[in-house]
Amino acid sequence: MPKTLLQIDWLTILIVIILMGFGWVNIYSTTFVNPDESIFDLSKIYGKQLLWIILGVVIAIIVLALESKFFERFASIIYIAAILSLIGLFIFGKTIAGQTAWYSFGSFSIQPAEFMKTAVALALAKYISEINNDLSTFVSQLKAFAIIGIPLALIMLQPDAGSALIYLAFVIPLYREGLPQAYLSVGFLSVAIFVITLKFGFGIFAPFFVAVLIIIYLFNRKRKPRFWIYALTLLFSLGFSYSVNFILNSVLLPHQKERFDVILGETNDIRGSAFNLYQSEVAIGSGGWLGKGWLKGSQTQGRFVPEQHTDYIFSTVGEEWGFLGTSAVVLLFAILILRLFHLAERQKSQFSRVYGYSVLSVIFVHFFVNIAMVIGLFPTVGIPLPFFSYGGSGLWGFLILVLVFLKLDAKRKSLD
Amino acid sequence: MRKLLPIILVSFAAFLFLIRLFYLQVLDESFDEVSTNISVRKVYDYPQRGYIYDRNGKLMVGNQPAYDVMAVPQEVKDFDTLELASLLKLTPERLKIQLEKAWRYSPRLSSVITPQLTKKEYAVLQERMHKYQGFYIQKRSLRDYTINHSANILGYIAEVGDREISQNSYYQSGDLKGKQGVEEQYEEALRGERGVKHYLRDIHNKNIKPFKEGKFDTLPKKGSDLHLTIDAELQAYGEKLMKGKRGGIVAIEPSSGEILSLITAPSYDPDILVGRKRSKNFTELYYDTIHKPLYNRALQAIYAPGSPFKALTGLVALQEEVVGLEESFRCNGGYTYARGVRMGCHNHPSPVQMVTGIAHSCNSYFAQIYRRTIEKYDTPQKGIDVWRGHMASFGLGDYLGYDLPVGRAGLLPNSDYYNKAYSYPTYNWYASATLSNAIGQGEVLTTPIQLANATAAIANKGWFYRPHIIKSIDDKPVDNEKYTTKQVTTIDKEHFEPIIQGMHDVYNYGTATFLRVPGIEVCGKTGTSENYVKIDGERMQLTDHSIFIAFAPKDNPKIALAVFVENGYWGSRYAGRISTLMIEKYLKDNIERKDLENWILSHTLEDEYAKPYSGEPFKINQ
Repeated sequence: MPKTLLQIDWLTILIVIILMGFGWVNIYSTTFVNPDESIFDLSKIYGKQLLWIILGVVIAIIVLALESKFFERFASIIYIAAILSLIGLFIFGKTIAGQTAWYSFGSFSIQPAEFMKTAVALALAKYISEINNDLSTFVSQLKAFAIIGIPLALIMLQPDAGSALIYLAFVIPLYREGLPQAYLSVGFLSVAIFVITLKFGFGIFAPFFVAVLIIIYLFNRKRKPRFWIYALTLLFSLGFSYSVNFILNSVLLPHQKERFDVILGETNDIRGSAFNLYQSEVAIGSGGWLGKGWLKGSQTQGRFVPEQHTDYIFSTVGEEWGFLGTSAVVLLFAILILRLFHLAERQKSQFSRVYGYSVLSVIFVHFFVNIAMVIGLFPTVGIPLPFFSYGGSGLWGFLILVLVFLKLDAKRKSLD
Repeated sequence: MRKLLPIILVSFAAFLFLIRLFYLQVLDESFDEVSTNISVRKVYDYPQRGYIYDRNGKLMVGNQPAYDVMAVPQEVKDFDTLELASLLKLTPERLKIQLEKAWRYSPRLSSVITPQLTKKEYAVLQERMHKYQGFYIQKRSLRDYTINHSANILGYIAEVGDREISQNSYYQSGDLKGKQGVEEQYEEALRGERGVKHYLRDIHNKNIKPFKEGKFDTLPKKGSDLHLTIDAELQAYGEKLMKGKRGGIVAIEPSSGEILSLITAPSYDPDILVGRKRSKNFTELYYDTIHKPLYNRALQAIYAPGSPFKALTGLVALQEEVVGLEESFRCNGGYTYARGVRMGCHNHPSPVQMVTGIAHSCNSYFAQIYRRTIEKYDTPQKGIDVWRGHMASFGLGDYLGYDLPVGRAGLLPNSDYYNKAYSYPTYNWYASATLSNAIGQGEVLTTPIQLANATAAIANKGWFYRPHIIKSIDDKPVDNEKYTTKQVTTIDKEHFEPIIQGMHDVYNYGTATFLRVPGIEVCGKTGTSENYVKIDGERMQLTDHSIFIAFAPKDNPKIALAVFVENGYWGSRYAGRISTLMIEKYLKDNIERKDLENWILSHTLEDEYAKPYSGEPFKINQ
């Protein structure tokens, strides 16, 4: 055990502790009523979060105490158990705000989807590291996508599109391990087409895209271009662009469509669909360089930003700690992810590396989507900021996710 | 190079976020204001409006509490509409309309449901209001009048309009502001300065705590108390005398320019513009186009000054040295000044000189000395302008600069005026064309306050202070240079002696012998002014206006006044009687000549005023 402690990556631990601590400070600011009350008051949000953090330390110790081989060996079982817990929701789950995502134990609830990410990461790592699997083959790709797709589909059924979106993060480790470039290209192209069409419409996108493609085709003399790739790209792009409106109006739910309208500036209903974002931007924007000071943010203290202790916690940082606070949080996350990247790349076992890549990818997508949403760069998606937002399941889920990797990392030499 | 993907993604995300955050938090400063608007609520603390006293310290206007029933629509829960409506003395329909209006204004801000309940109504309501969630009672301060006169001097207070709010950033919707009279003129002193407290509020519109420890809060500043120059008793008496008549009285203390009373008739009781009855009563006053009770005749009505103007004609002639005091003029019942054109005169001893001319009010005498004044100069243009300069130095043809918000300049014609009227230089015009000015019956038009001021200047023998109504603000005497600087006329002091003697003789053997005030040396001048109206496009002459100017005592005068009574016929008939009673009241405090007083109190001119509206032919000057 002491040896493990020495080998643990303390920089990651330190950043996680800072994020949890600063997160709690901000949760306190958004939820306190009377400053004289005990911070351990379990009837209060901040009191509960403090309890989750303390229990989180216990969980962390348990995870670190486990044999590192355990995770690889039991990856499949953990995955199956997690899948069953998601299925079980439809029978035993509790429905909160239209989503059947929780198991309820008295006054506490647990959200299995938060632990599912660790399970998927383990299963994916295990599957890819098996010797006969090669991601350049279509069968392997299909199986890998199935590992990701099953929980994704189950979560979509809850329905919780936001949490499901996170599973796209696992494309990053797959790519690292040899998933063909085409998947990523098609992915980026799709996103680009979707955004451009939304913003400018099919009528402008189509001629523009055709022109760009022709120019590339004519000037690309280095390699003999394969004409059918161009034709396929063109067909796919125009078809996709043409169906964007259909997706928006028929596939997306009305509230999801509204969120797109808000972010594209097509609606400015600051009392209705744009209320959250408007209040969030006002809170952040009024923070200035140094912020209004802890417990002194007028928007925060007036409780104007909905869900401020959970998904919109970053707006509290913006208002009370200013640009200094927000840039510090952004940089902390960037350092954390890059540190995890560094750790993942130094793994000797493929299992550990794929797992590490999964961890950093999941944290990155959470970080990116959450902050982009809060500052008005992404449509509203209800996912938490890792280690920062209020919520026991989320906090423990991320702690387990990271600590399993730190345990693997600490034992990397013995895994040779 | 697949390893680079995480680095690219993280760097891109961090870079994007930092730029966006820098823009939101540092570059775009508009959010500060938005944030304040959203989360900071201002609570105003209105100070008591200043009290208004008369010159003797008698309270005229104080304050009384009033109670508005307010509602915050989104907090209103189901309630018994019928019961509350009967409690508020509204119909259920009205109550519903008021609530709908409040919703439209704002669901979370309070609106007035029914305004200005009295203390008694409030007492009944207070015990039961708690039953009605979302309703509450807001205390306000209204004016409380201890007098039933002076409405036009005092003005009133009313809610500010949208235009005033946009013009003056101090005011906000629902604020009360002085309108008309002293309330408007001295609004800033009377209102004081409202205090403001800033509270942080939450999304439920509840106050959380003071904003920034009250750094931006201000305390209310109490409104200043005003002492007016008005003598409330004299004012009340004057309004009593003017009952049933139309016109104005302005009385001035010559030594100071202080307005002792300023009466316009018909008027109204200021109390009817207070409280719930205000809007109904105001509408009635506003649309009364026959009596025009909101029209301040003492300041806004312009009349031909008539014979009192002869005193000024005489002064100018003396100053221009075109006539000697001993020079006599014959009067054969008139003066023929052009072929076939004759100015008539009434029956009086002849010949007359300056003093007797004034006492007998001889038209012929003043027509001739006026003509000499104008013809002293090479051209009538130059003559008129010299004459006008003298007249203007008495404050005629000018707004006078008194401290009340309404007024008229009147008309004091100059050479341009006549050049235009007679199409000079195509046609020439001569002094004779303007001759009616001599007796105040020409183009000259004056307001009662202008004539009262000119009378004060005569009483002072050549100077006056601009008339004003403010005596002190918070016991600090008025120091506005406008009212403490002596205005000097262009007439030398010695020329006033004969004029004043003539005005004194008006009472001794002239046109107003029966109006003598026992024991007081009074100087005065009667006036009768022809006037016309248009009825169905036809110019019709009405009964003459009765005009009188006077001051007393002759030496060291304490009061100078001008009285106009519309269609009161000859000068001493109405205006003369009223002026002598006013002087007696002011200088002796009680009226000994009860028969004179009773005559005025028992006579009205309503029949006279009804004539032009009767639609039938009528006779005048009966």
